[in-house]
Formats: sequence, structure tokens, C-alpha cells
Amino acid sequence: MATPLLSIGPEPLALEPLIAAVTERGDATGSDGAVTTFLGLVRNHNVGRQVHHLEYEAYEPLALRAFERIRSEIEATWPGVRLALHHRIGRIDIGVASVAIAAASPHRAHAFSACRYAIERVKQIAPIWKREFFEGGDVWIEGATADPDDAAARAEAERVACV
Amino acid sequence: MRVTVKLFARLRDIAGTPEMTREVAPGATVGSLWQQLATEFPEIASYERSISTAVNADYARRTQVLADGDEVAFLPPVSGG
Repeated sequence: MATPLLSIGPEPLALEPLIAAVTERGDATGSDGAVTTFLGLVRNHNVGRQVHHLEYEAYEPLALRAFERIRSEIEATWPGVRLALHHRIGRIDIGVASVAIAAASPHRAHAFSACRYAIERVKQIAPIWKREFFEGGDVWIEGATADPDDAAARAEAERVACV
Repeated sequence: MRVTVKLFARLRDIAGTPEMTREVAPGATVGSLWQQLATEFPEIASYERSISTAVNADYARRTQVLADGDEVAFLPPVSGG
């Protein structure tokens, strides 16, 4: 079965299937000059706490819609870029990937920018939460209030992605 | 009319359940349903300004009027990635 470009679920993540998926362009296969990838890993420390593991949960149907939105924002900003984005949920141990992204493009600059933009937007608008289990307790991590129409947040993601 | 409420992360912990059904009056909005829940679960009231809301798995404003059978989700600040 072909790897979906966008997915969220409990399965372990791997980059190779994403790279294959973004560079498979039917009749246009071979037109890419670059693929960039990003793996987000569970880190063993956070704000001075020794982290044991994380548990992720998501509102899955809305998360997929958020991923689709991110993909269309990228296609509008960098025409020709093809994005794949997989997020894992459930318990994830230290050193293991929670998110995997691949961006293919005829030109490397666009591939780098799109990959960075994608992870910034995931953190802004995807309905996903991590619960941190650390030495001495656990806590829900709460970051951004998700608002896909917040133009300032989108501009900040574009700024760090060097649009 | 009846709607399904979905809660996530800390909001779910506070309410003690990920999903519930609630009776709402005709003309009720996402915002009025939130007020109803904040009365029922006073601890969630502190999320008043930081939640996002969705109706039928699509982001929605608090002014959106609810229909019978809607699925309304209240989302604390997100932390994916």
C-alpha cells in the first residue's frame, strides 16, 4: 500500500517511506532536485526536568484537516513543493520520533523552507497535546492557542522559514 | 436539542471523561455551551481565553450557532511536534 502523505496514528515513524512518497510524482517523477526531512524526537530533559517519556493525544480528524491546511499553505507559498507529514500519538520513549516531515522540490531552498514552515505550523495549529512524564510527576504541556486564521502566527512561521 | 462534547488533554482530565452529551437550548452557540460547561466544571473556567473550539471536526468561532447532533470540541493550547 502506498504511504499516505499525511497521517496521524500510533505506528512508529520512518523517513524512507516519506521520501519515497514525496518524490513519486507520476509522469513528473524525476523533476525534484532536493528532499529535506525533519524528525522531531522525544528529549530526555525539559525546563530542568528529567523526562521519562511522553504521551501524545490528538483530535485526529481535525489534526488531518490541519495537516491538509499546512500542505495547501505550502503549495501556495512554494509552488512545486510536495509535502509529507506524519505525527505519532500514544506513548513515545526518549530518543524516538514523534513527528516526521519530508519536502521535495525542484530547488533546495524551497525544500528547506517548506520543511521548517511545516513543523512551525504543526506546533501552532495542529490539535495535538503532549503529556510529559518526568522524575517526580507528570504535566500536560500547553503551547499555542490554535487559530489557523491568525495571520501574525502564520507570518512568524514564514519568518523562521526564511520565505 | 442534544450535542456531543469532546474534551482533550487537561480539560478531559478535569471533566473526567473525553466525551459527553449535553442538552442545549435552540440558538445556543459554541460560546454559550462553554459557559454551561464552565458552570458545571468550575476548574475549566481558567481556560476561557486560551481554548480553541471546533464544530464537527472543523475549527469554529465561539459565535457559531449549534445544530442538533453537532460534535463540539474544546481544545486547550496545543503542544504537538
